[in-house]
Amino acid sequence: MEQAPPDPERQLQPAPLEPLGHPDGGLETVVGEEVEGARDESPGDGTVRRRGGRGPGACVGAYNRNLMLFLFRSVEHIDGQSVLTDSLWRRYSEFELLRNYLLVYYPHIVVPPLPEKRAEFVWHKLSADNMDPDFVERRRIGLENFLLRVASHPILCRDKIFYLFLTQEGNWKETVNETGFQLKADSRLKALNATFRVKNPDKRFTELKHYSDELQSVISHLLRVRARVADRLYGVYKVHGNYGRVFSEWSAIEKEMGDGLQSAGHHMDVYASSIDDILEDEEHYADQLKEYLFYAEALRAVCRKHELMQYDLEMAAQDLASRKQQCEELATGTVRTFSLKGMTTKLFGQETPEQREARIKVLEEQINEGEQQLKSKNLEGREFVKNAWADIERFKEQKNRDLKEALISYAVMQISMCKKGIQVWTNAKECFSKM
Amino acid sequence: MGTLGRAGLAAAAGRARTLGMEGERPASQALSSGLPAGGADGDSPGDGAPLPGSSGSSTLLQAEVLDLDEDEDDLEVFSKDASLMDMNSFSPMMPTSPLSMINQVKFEDEPDLKDLFITVDEPESHVTTVETFITYRIVTKTSRGEFDSSEFEVRRRYQDFLWLKGKLEEAHPTLIIPPLPEKFIVKGMVERFNDDFIETRRKALQKFLNRIADHPTLTFNEDFKVFLTAQTWELSSHKKQGPGLLSRMGQTVRAVALSMRGVKSRPEEFMEMNNFIEMFSQKINLIDKISQRIYKEEREYFDEMKEYGPVHILWSATEEDLVDTLKGVASCIDRCCKATEKRMSGLSEALLPVVHEYVLYSEMLMGVMKRRDQIQAELDSKVEALTSKKADTDLLTEEIGKLEDKVECANNALKADWERWKQNMENDIKSAFTDMAEENIHYYEQCLATWESFLTSQTDLHLEEASEDKP
Repeated sequence: MEQAPPDPERQLQPAPLEPLGHPDGGLETVVGEEVEGARDESPGDGTVRRRGGRGPGACVGAYNRNLMLFLFRSVEHIDGQSVLTDSLWRRYSEFELLRNYLLVYYPHIVVPPLPEKRAEFVWHKLSADNMDPDFVERRRIGLENFLLRVASHPILCRDKIFYLFLTQEGNWKETVNETGFQLKADSRLKALNATFRVKNPDKRFTELKHYSDELQSVISHLLRVRARVADRLYGVYKVHGNYGRVFSEWSAIEKEMGDGLQSAGHHMDVYASSIDDILEDEEHYADQLKEYLFYAEALRAVCRKHELMQYDLEMAAQDLASRKQQCEELATGTVRTFSLKGMTTKLFGQETPEQREARIKVLEEQINEGEQQLKSKNLEGREFVKNAWADIERFKEQKNRDLKEALISYAVMQISMCKKGIQVWTNAKECFSKM
Repeated sequence: MGTLGRAGLAAAAGRARTLGMEGERPASQALSSGLPAGGADGDSPGDGAPLPGSSGSSTLLQAEVLDLDEDEDDLEVFSKDASLMDMNSFSPMMPTSPLSMINQVKFEDEPDLKDLFITVDEPESHVTTVETFITYRIVTKTSRGEFDSSEFEVRRRYQDFLWLKGKLEEAHPTLIIPPLPEKFIVKGMVERFNDDFIETRRKALQKFLNRIADHPTLTFNEDFKVFLTAQTWELSSHKKQGPGLLSRMGQTVRAVALSMRGVKSRPEEFMEMNNFIEMFSQKINLIDKISQRIYKEEREYFDEMKEYGPVHILWSATEEDLVDTLKGVASCIDRCCKATEKRMSGLSEALLPVVHEYVLYSEMLMGVMKRRDQIQAELDSKVEALTSKKADTDLLTEEIGKLEDKVECANNALKADWERWKQNMENDIKSAFTDMAEENIHYYEQCLATWESFLTSQTDLHLEEASEDKP
């Protein structure tokens, strides 16, 4: 049962809590008590529809060279009424803002990734131009997908800022910034190269980090090879188109073979142009894989946050331990550790008992404080680990489902391509045999 | 097959499709631009073609053909079955695919009469102080009476084939002599004698000889017989007979000059023929280029695919729950990869050699046209001389008479051979492309079966899992 983190500062409790659901019922993932039941019944918790048209639909307009997203979303109230609210526009940068906010306020959640900003893993015919309509369309689908993922997440969907993203036309940015989340963001997380020497790393998180690295590496590799294969396949199909042209010209001088050549040529044209749709479909498959490529980063982010937490914890414990020791030394008069005070004492004379008492008192206060902090940090840490693992388990299941579905859909695509090929070549063969 | 009411080029108007599709992507535009000159670096048959020998020779040969047709004894030796069996009996060393076997049967004009079977195999490298060259073993099996034996085995090198072709052109200037494979390929050839090149050439040489054997006239050519039967030293001495090199060269210059004149007075049907040849040459060259390019693209696709499957295996190592699915996908990809390889080899056996042979044929045809024009021009120049009364009228008239016969024979020979050639061409092209289509169908069927069985296994598993989860 997933809970929001206990820290009141970190979780905005939306005042009128509007659970967001999907009217078509594919996403019965309304948060809270209903989650468990919904999970068993619905076909897939967090099933994401790949193409637009249903639910928080979106269509894209190009406006002033910026990508504007046009949102429809319906809000289902608790009493079951469905209300279609106004549509509004959002830019890609606002999506980024939303995500960054979620990352800060839900560090233990594997936050769904955004689609790529720039086209990568491009094969030569596919445009790398961000304004290319195909790319824009695929990005639209990616953004829609992002929203669906968030909306179907049992915890994230409850977030008020997310709700406002979907409903508040103006001033949303200001609202987000007012939460001061940027200040909360640990700047250390941004230092990608920083390593924190954690003495007792959690094995599970280490393994998870390792897994996310491998996932990222293998999916990148796969996408690269796929792009190259697509490129070559494109070449094979398109060159056949030349037959069409030449057959047609040739048929002009052939009495007997003319008809056959002409119609065979037509089929060659059909064959050559069929590759465009085939590869477009494959591009959507590639996008599905890409999502998990980026999810790997999200996984790693959770690991890093945990690492930082653990590091802070260890540092705090270390601090506490050294203060305790100092206190002990002062109290007993033994000097086991080097301290500046100790040195100056040696050089300039002993301090007075009053001074010592004062110092001990300060230290004791600090120690108390430190122990409190350590306690709460420990608690925080345990909560984090518990919640994080719950979400990671949820994520793993989602990933397995989605990837399997994607791979199966890839097989379906191949089957369709083969059937088309058989069709075309059978037709061509008939034409040839009639020549 | 053909429809009625079409007359050659007049149909062009009705047929015009949108040529030069502007929407095409650059990959294909590169091919569509320009008229590719025949890529072959082989001999152009028009060069150095000596003037035909005795005017009577062609008519004599034709008479022989007629005689043989009526001679039942020779025909009775072979039933159709026997001829096929014979072909099989000597072919074990011939690496023939089923497709090329079919091709062999197809280029017979009259399968019942095939009495000369030739194979070319066992390329061997010979090194002398002066040069390195390859010889091929030529095995001939025949039942013809004029051959001293029923089986012959000789070794020949490319030069010998060139010689034979030259002799045939000399003897039958207006017959369509089969083309020889190119002397060498300029581009992409690092070593003159790499295995692929030798194999391609071997196949083409075999085709060359068999085409001659199937030709109703050429098959009885004396030089052809010597080529097939004489030992190496015998062939050398035989070659030395006949007009010398210098005299042939002298004739070449005159021939070229004459052929220019011949074009002007070409009869209508030969104008049509010439137009066809030009157009055909253009188109077949394009098709050759396209086919080669397809092969290349398929090869590169195959190379990339080889890497694609293994990536999924790599991935399966880190995904416990997806191992089956990922491995399944990997194995499908690998099988499709193999199917691609097979498709490629089918293409290179069935389509590419046929198309390429016709590229060479188209060059050959242009040479034949030239030679016909030359013969015509010779006549025309004499006629001109007569009308301008420049030389002895009586002598000229006699010469003109002979030349008129010669022209008529040449034209008739060409016309007959042209029909035969066209028929063969249509059959060959048709079967080559049909084979190509068949290869592709087979390829897609294989891939389809692979993916469908994968899908079935996945959905079955899914149902299994689902039923396991239910309480």
